[in-house]
Amino acid sequence: MLEYLYFPHDISTFGPQVDWLFELIFWIVIVVWAVVMIPMLVLMIRYRARPGRKAQYIEGNSRLEIIWTMATAAILLAVAFMSRSTWADIKEHGPPGQVFYLVNGKQFNWEFTYPGPDGKFGTKHDLTIENELHVPVNKVVRIDLTSKDVIHSFFVPNLRLKQDVVPGHVIQVWFEATETGQYEIACAELCGFGHSGMKADLIVQSQEDFDKWLKDTYAHPPAPPAPAAPATPPQGASPK
Amino acid sequence: MSSTAAVAAHGAHAEHHALGFWRTYIFSQDHKMIGKQFLFMALFMMAIGGLMAMLMRWELAFPETQVPGFQWVPEPFMYEGAIPPNTYNAMFTMHATIMIFFVVIPILVGCFGNFLIPLMIGAREMAFPKLNMLSFWVGAVAGVIMLSSFFVPGGSAASGWTSYAPLSALAIYTGVDWGQNLWCISIIVLGASSLMGSINYITTIVNMRTQGLYFFRLPLVIWSLFITAILMLLALPMLTTALALLLFDRIGGTHFFLPSGGGEPLLWQHLFWFFGQPEIYVMILPAMGIVSDIIATFSRKPIFGYRTMAYAMVAIAVLAWTEWGQHMLQSGMDPALGAGFMFATMIVAVPAALVTFNWLGTLYKGNIRYTAAMMNALAFVAMFVIGGMSGIWMASAPVNMYLHSTYFVVAHIHYVLFGGSLFGIFAGITYWYPKMFGRMMNETLGKIHFWITFVTFNCTFFPMYILGMAGHMRRIYNPQQYDFLKPIIPINEFISISSFVLGAAQFLFLANIVWSCFKGAKAAENPWRANTLEWTTPSPPPHGNWPGTAPIVYRGPYEFSSPEVAEDYLPQSLLLKRSKAAAD
Repeated sequence: MLEYLYFPHDISTFGPQVDWLFELIFWIVIVVWAVVMIPMLVLMIRYRARPGRKAQYIEGNSRLEIIWTMATAAILLAVAFMSRSTWADIKEHGPPGQVFYLVNGKQFNWEFTYPGPDGKFGTKHDLTIENELHVPVNKVVRIDLTSKDVIHSFFVPNLRLKQDVVPGHVIQVWFEATETGQYEIACAELCGFGHSGMKADLIVQSQEDFDKWLKDTYAHPPAPPAPAAPATPPQGASPK
Repeated sequence: MSSTAAVAAHGAHAEHHALGFWRTYIFSQDHKMIGKQFLFMALFMMAIGGLMAMLMRWELAFPETQVPGFQWVPEPFMYEGAIPPNTYNAMFTMHATIMIFFVVIPILVGCFGNFLIPLMIGAREMAFPKLNMLSFWVGAVAGVIMLSSFFVPGGSAASGWTSYAPLSALAIYTGVDWGQNLWCISIIVLGASSLMGSINYITTIVNMRTQGLYFFRLPLVIWSLFITAILMLLALPMLTTALALLLFDRIGGTHFFLPSGGGEPLLWQHLFWFFGQPEIYVMILPAMGIVSDIIATFSRKPIFGYRTMAYAMVAIAVLAWTEWGQHMLQSGMDPALGAGFMFATMIVAVPAALVTFNWLGTLYKGNIRYTAAMMNALAFVAMFVIGGMSGIWMASAPVNMYLHSTYFVVAHIHYVLFGGSLFGIFAGITYWYPKMFGRMMNETLGKIHFWITFVTFNCTFFPMYILGMAGHMRRIYNPQQYDFLKPIIPINEFISISSFVLGAAQFLFLANIVWSCFKGAKAAENPWRANTLEWTTPSPPPHGNWPGTAPIVYRGPYEFSSPEVAEDYLPQSLLLKRSKAAAD
């Protein structure tokens, strides 16, 4: 069970940077925690009340206060600057790549639209699949995220990727998966009574498998998704 | 200082003792009674909010099974005791709303603010006693509106305490109709109550301090309440605005937050968090003030760096206005803007760390007495350190990308709001109980409550950090639907069992409050041998607060173990020959 006391297995190119930052902060926090808690416990035991003793009248110590203020500020600014560059790499200027999908969040499904060979959305080549996202391995995949109703959040734990999906906005994210396999996509923003079950699968395939899947799917396209059911939740939908 | 005239004028009121039952206990204008009213209202609401947390924990550990003893709840809220998803959403929404708006803030600001401000600044009443009464009763109306929302068709609000639009803006998205409307109305009404309180606190502290009580002689709890009142005064209009717009969208057919009509969903988040971030400091600053007073008193030492403590709290309050975007890093807001918010958020840890180190400095060479109040105060420090430092991960934008909206956030807020604010509240109630009710709280029961709470609190909330690292999303109804969360089912079960003990242990605290009210040992005027002005009058203080003339202040609030006197404390109002010059 111990291996689960950490992040899920990383399959993303920027995952190691995120994990590294997490671990950096982890060790800073552990050290600072010890630096605070050990003295606190020592002081609590050492200076417990003793009959006949009087506390020493100390009002403060400006030098000490300046030291620990500056030390805190220096550590935090260092963390902020290191986070800044990773953040820019991931969110501001990622590598160029093909826009593979238009992702539509809707209560309570994920719709993945593949533009077809022409690479344009809104043409007859569009192929819309629900709750299954096929991508090739080792390739920069860009996807456009938008929503048909409320705010959802596109969360792939194994990719360390999370981005809110906002109606009225088209937000582009990218990732590059490094391992083939099947992984879970979750909705991480409360989107209504079915929020908990709003999940999909990420299927990372080799380029050949991906091409083959694409060809097969175009030959036998899935039934188009049913028109959005009115999202009128039952009066407390009964548990499944 | 205008206080001499004010004191003389109020002295006349002190004669009116014989008020009837209604004027004394119900429609009271006495700040002490209003403080107690806020306390009891909040304790009642805490029981309701706590019960909802227990039901949620049952659902998370044993999803879609019947909750024992809840078969009587009618459909559609429960199905023979099993919790449906809509009810679950309503429960975490109302748990947070009640705990934040009707428990933590009413106790910290309503109860302690009302009870302590006049007593600690040497005033006989608040500046506006009628407004004060109105503030409580408007707050009570808000509470009734909030509770009534459970009983309307569709149930209570179910879009989270943050009520992100568009989910909250149209009834078809959640199936909740009037529940959400009443949620908005209740909080607008509560905001009016808080505004009245804020104006009263600010006016009272600025104008009614007794002779010699300069700002830098105020106890830190009064500093914190003063800063809090200013934060609330400035932040609440933003929330009221947002709620009014949301209500228009819901019942007026407008599209402020609905993209279908050209509205902007992110506008809600900006408005909400521009209020919400200062609000978070409203919930922690008074607890910091309370804990500072208690740690100094029971260490028998001056607080370490009194002035820097005050400045640090001011700094936290100022920085509060620059941080709202830290909640929106993954919202689609411009990432460059997010980077700016990351820096602002990191910086607020600096004054917070300064305050923490100063608490440690206060212990150094002290003579520490471990009363139940002190133990709760020290627990506040330890838990606040964990809660605060876990904020660094979330402030770091790339790490936030993974941790946002997971149980890591839930753990963080509970370490700050339960481990912080609530332990501060336990400490404060235990400390000032003798002044409020004239009797001591039972120490043994207080310590038993403290240890059970401290242990089960950590057993409940620390594992949530691990859930968050595993990717466990917050606000999901059934974690077992996800394969990647299956290995951590035992952790969820452990958390739930701990939380049941934690919840049950709170009845010890309630029992202690009730039992001590009738059977506790009679409290002396100054049972803790503290310095501040509330301890210079009988317990409980009479109408008008001081039987004779109001006290005059000659020194700061933390002159413990002063070399000037043989005792280990030196009250602010005690006239020593040497210090007379300092008062003039």
